[in-house]
Amino acid sequence: MVLEYKVEGGDFTQAGNVSSSVKKVLKQLGINPVVIKRVVVALYEAEVNIVAHAYRGVVTATLDDEGIRIVLDDEGPGIASIEQAMVKGYSTASKEVREMGFGAGMGLPNIKDNADEFTITSKVGVGTRLDIYIHYV
Amino acid sequence: MKDEGQSKYYRGLEIREDVCVGCSHCMKVCPTEALRVSEGKAAIHPELCIDCGQCYRVCPTRAIRVVDDDFQKIFNYKHRVLLIPNLFFSQFEEKMEPDIIASIIGDMGFTEICPVEQGVDYLIEEMNNYIEKSSDKPVISSYCPAVVRLIQVKFPSLVDNIMTLLPPLEITAKYILTKYEEEGVSLDEVGIFYLTPCAAKIAAIKDPVGGYASPITGAINMDLLYSKVMLAYKQKNFGSGNIKNDDNITSNAIRWSTTKGEANATRGVSLAIDGIQNVIEFLEKVENGDIEGVDFLELRGCDESCSGGILVRGNRFLVADNLHKRASLAPWVNPNIKDYRRICAPYIRFDDVQPRMFMKYGSDIKVAIRKMEDVRNLIKLLPGIDCGCCGAPSCESLAEDIVRGGKEVNNCVFMQVKNEKQGKLKVDEAIDIMEKIWGKKYDS
Repeated sequence: MVLEYKVEGGDFTQAGNVSSSVKKVLKQLGINPVVIKRVVVALYEAEVNIVAHAYRGVVTATLDDEGIRIVLDDEGPGIASIEQAMVKGYSTASKEVREMGFGAGMGLPNIKDNADEFTITSKVGVGTRLDIYIHYV
Repeated sequence: MKDEGQSKYYRGLEIREDVCVGCSHCMKVCPTEALRVSEGKAAIHPELCIDCGQCYRVCPTRAIRVVDDDFQKIFNYKHRVLLIPNLFFSQFEEKMEPDIIASIIGDMGFTEICPVEQGVDYLIEEMNNYIEKSSDKPVISSYCPAVVRLIQVKFPSLVDNIMTLLPPLEITAKYILTKYEEEGVSLDEVGIFYLTPCAAKIAAIKDPVGGYASPITGAINMDLLYSKVMLAYKQKNFGSGNIKNDDNITSNAIRWSTTKGEANATRGVSLAIDGIQNVIEFLEKVENGDIEGVDFLELRGCDESCSGGILVRGNRFLVADNLHKRASLAPWVNPNIKDYRRICAPYIRFDDVQPRMFMKYGSDIKVAIRKMEDVRNLIKLLPGIDCGCCGAPSCESLAEDIVRGGKEVNNCVFMQVKNEKQGKLKVDEAIDIMEKIWGKKYDS
């Protein structure tokens, strides 16, 4: 089953809609709540990343028999140094974004901690692609 | 009693089929979509019902019944104790003083009354400790049973956040029972009854969470007792009732059942939210990991908390206001706190709450995913206006019901019209379908 969502950059009022929607599907499937929590935390962080940093993005969640793959593809400035972005506490978020309670620099490391597979690729000036997989069991 | 099959869960509400007219008002307000209409009657899905009582409020024919205990049951016991929420007294006019009400209750046959919130002062000590030490923040109060059940059903990933400390009701009951035991009374002779402002508390007594068995003998309907007290008062039929009344109560305890009653009495960052839709909205955020820096959540199913309980006759705002007024005059220290500590400390904790996972599409994940895809495809066909004419609360829930079996696409009036136009469905067939859902509502 494939679920697809569009995310608009800068629209914090909509941030969280994708994770809420995916969460609902996982609950209906009867997935272990502990696993749902990991998916939701990772996806919420990733979704907020698009809102906070990119112009727009597409989230594709694919559910197979063993787990869920979530690919977040955004059009945006890209990440100059992924290595640096993976350091806990590092953030390039603007003052406005931080004032809204986001941008503490815990996003990417937190996503990685919650995912079983984690791949991030980025091209400066083009965009970022995040690909995570989480097993149901 | 009409149910979609047997359930392992006890419920505080049931539908009286002989009274139900199948109007679907209840179906529209149920926060867990636990209600459907078929053959002209509403039916509760027992796995999903959380006893919040929203359906009870809107039922125009009073077809929804609170499953309380028969009043006569109290006479099976020599010692008949009634645990009374303070808000009960706050419903009456000022000149009906608690002493008068107590003596009327004595006339009815109770031998002792006690404020149910008496255990609050000891609970506050335990809560502050618990909240400070808990690694699952925010800690969610175990006070409102409708909220606890809501979390089990709709927010399974938050069950570990539920505080595993007994609510005041159970603490006070344990205390009183132990006091009798210490006086050498046989416990078979003691009946502890709870005067309940809602259905959820009944379910919580009969079917508690966390591997706990309540010592409370039964639940008395507050609505019923209100009428009995009013009747006796108006007929000036009171005064002889001899009743033991340990009415020690602190201001924290009186405020407990009001909104912010817990939040204001505990240390740390606390937030109080009342009203089931408000609670759902907030729990969504908590589940997303979107709430930081909150230590404790006081969540109540009813607007204005227990003052807005479905069995409370007084206006919820006035009852809550009255409670605050009385609390401001009450003492701060519970003289029995040491006894409460001694007696209740071994019992105050219960086991972790388990989620009530409801496998909508069965336990085989492969099949479940396929069925969910079918649901998504069906939703695209349906009009999306959630009119409820199909006997389900939303287009989405109809799609789910179709895939799970028992419903058909032509239950939707829009699909009927479309299929009639295309010659796939006759008018008579459409009428049959509607009558199967709603019963005969008109002469055909």
